[in-house]
Amino acid sequence: MLVIYVLLLAGVAVTITPLLWTVSTSLKTAQQLNTWPPEWIPNPIAWSNYSEALTMLPFGRYFLNTMVLVVAAEIGALITCSFVAYGFARLELPGREALFLLLISTMLMPYIVRLVPLFVFYGNIGWLGTYLPIAVPDLLGRNAFYIFLLRQFFRGIPNDLSDAARIDGANDFRIWWSIVLPLSKPVLATVGIFAFQSTWDDFLGPLIYMGQNPHMRTLAVGLYQFRNQPGGENLMPYLMAVSTVMMLPILLIFGFGQRYLIRGVTMSGLKG
Amino acid sequence: MTSRSIPARNRSLEGVQAPSTRTSLTWRLRKYLGFVFIAPWLIAFLAFDLIPTASAFYYSFTDWNVIAKTSNWVGLANYEKMFTGDRLFWPSVWNTLYYVAFAVPLGVIAGFLLALLLNTKVRFQGLFRTLFYLPAVVPSVAAIMVWLWIFNTNNGILNWFLGFFGIDPIRWLTSPDYSKPALIIMSLWTIGSGMVIYLAGLQNIPDDLYEAADIDGANAWNKLINITIPLMTPTIFFNLLLGLIGSFQIFNAAFIMTEGGPVNSTRFYMLHLYEKAFQQSQMGYASAMAVLLFVVVLLITIFVNWSSKRWVFYG
Repeated sequence: MLVIYVLLLAGVAVTITPLLWTVSTSLKTAQQLNTWPPEWIPNPIAWSNYSEALTMLPFGRYFLNTMVLVVAAEIGALITCSFVAYGFARLELPGREALFLLLISTMLMPYIVRLVPLFVFYGNIGWLGTYLPIAVPDLLGRNAFYIFLLRQFFRGIPNDLSDAARIDGANDFRIWWSIVLPLSKPVLATVGIFAFQSTWDDFLGPLIYMGQNPHMRTLAVGLYQFRNQPGGENLMPYLMAVSTVMMLPILLIFGFGQRYLIRGVTMSGLKG
Repeated sequence: MTSRSIPARNRSLEGVQAPSTRTSLTWRLRKYLGFVFIAPWLIAFLAFDLIPTASAFYYSFTDWNVIAKTSNWVGLANYEKMFTGDRLFWPSVWNTLYYVAFAVPLGVIAGFLLALLLNTKVRFQGLFRTLFYLPAVVPSVAAIMVWLWIFNTNNGILNWFLGFFGIDPIRWLTSPDYSKPALIIMSLWTIGSGMVIYLAGLQNIPDDLYEAADIDGANAWNKLINITIPLMTPTIFFNLLLGLIGSFQIFNAAFIMTEGGPVNSTRFYMLHLYEKAFQQSQMGYASAMAVLLFVVVLLITIFVNWSSKRWVFYG
């Protein structure tokens, strides 16, 4: 038993050290970077790194851009995907199983193959450098994983409730909105957190489809641009400060909603 | 578990689905109501999955170049160029295979071992799980910046730590021998996401199997080999498949950290494709590369799926 604790604690140390190291570096001056052996609590603490780093590039604008995409992703996940999932879970339609298999298969398709044709397509319709290439597919519910999770959950809700509502004259839109959705808060929380996390994390999509316009950078793309500024290693405290700021929201959400997140992750693995 | 849901469904068939007052037209339309619900996804699937994928196949047979403004049918010329005319194509394939061959098995094994450790009767299991999962939610670009600094030759903590064991500073990101191992090490930081899945699987294994084994005098090793691992094969299979698909498309780390270097040692397939498409505007050639990877990933998926019949135990 003791061996297990030692191994686990060693594992925790390896896992957490990079994060502590990030925060520590973000509070150092350029001179303190070269102190050897490394100092974990810098003296003095350079709090001003944060305000300086965040004003070196228009990070407020990048945050706004990211949030626009987050809102689109949330609407797509919570409204559109759940609407679609209701169709797959509760309604008869010809070829339903085949269509669902098709939906699942899109999860395994490498996104790489769509990249070039979509880039050209977005260019032709004037979408490059706008929110649309990311927001529109999200709004339309192009996320098989969310639909899959929601459908699994909806299938577990007893039919008695919707049958009763049907007798009272409710149609399927009403049943989806007023009966199924209110009962599905746990899975909606799961999907909502996933949608936030993946949008916050996405780099390649915003880089390729929005990066043409410097005002349209997201936080992830902005952080990448930040690194490319002149300054070399001396820039490191600033880089770590911005990285820390970028981690905070998702760590907070994870802190409050980890139950839902982990449930979603495990559902995908055990039933997939 | 079905005894409850079946009567419910039957009731809906008898009492609700065929009320005599409704016209048969409403009834026939109801059959298609499901399409109204799945319509948004169907549109998205056609516009953002099916048509782009099909287009990539078409473009891969053209010499389409956005800058030179050419777009002629060239047959298999792009594929021929890939295999014989592009000096950096095979290195990118080799780098990717190297990365996949280490990152995927190591990730699966380490994640599984961690889950086994946590599935014992340790205290604070929930806290450990949270801490191990933490890196998986860190945005990848931020994580890459963090590791960029950890791998720093002179001031990074990894070399500082290795120094305690008398190991001289390693040029992790500036030596072609260490750049790929560095990226593999970084990928292991996020094994927590796999671990969470394994842990849930382990907790689903019924206790009575272990109790029966105890009565038969089995030791911990016997139980691991004969109960735990066989029952976990579906979960391992799932993680293996996702790991393979993800690792073949490694991009962010190489693009941001090493830019394909040093000496092309981290020029992975995706990075090479990105350069061809978005820096050199060779859309036709890049499409051919994308199609090839698509086919390879598809074949691997089919192969892993087929082979799973031999080693995956569906109880």
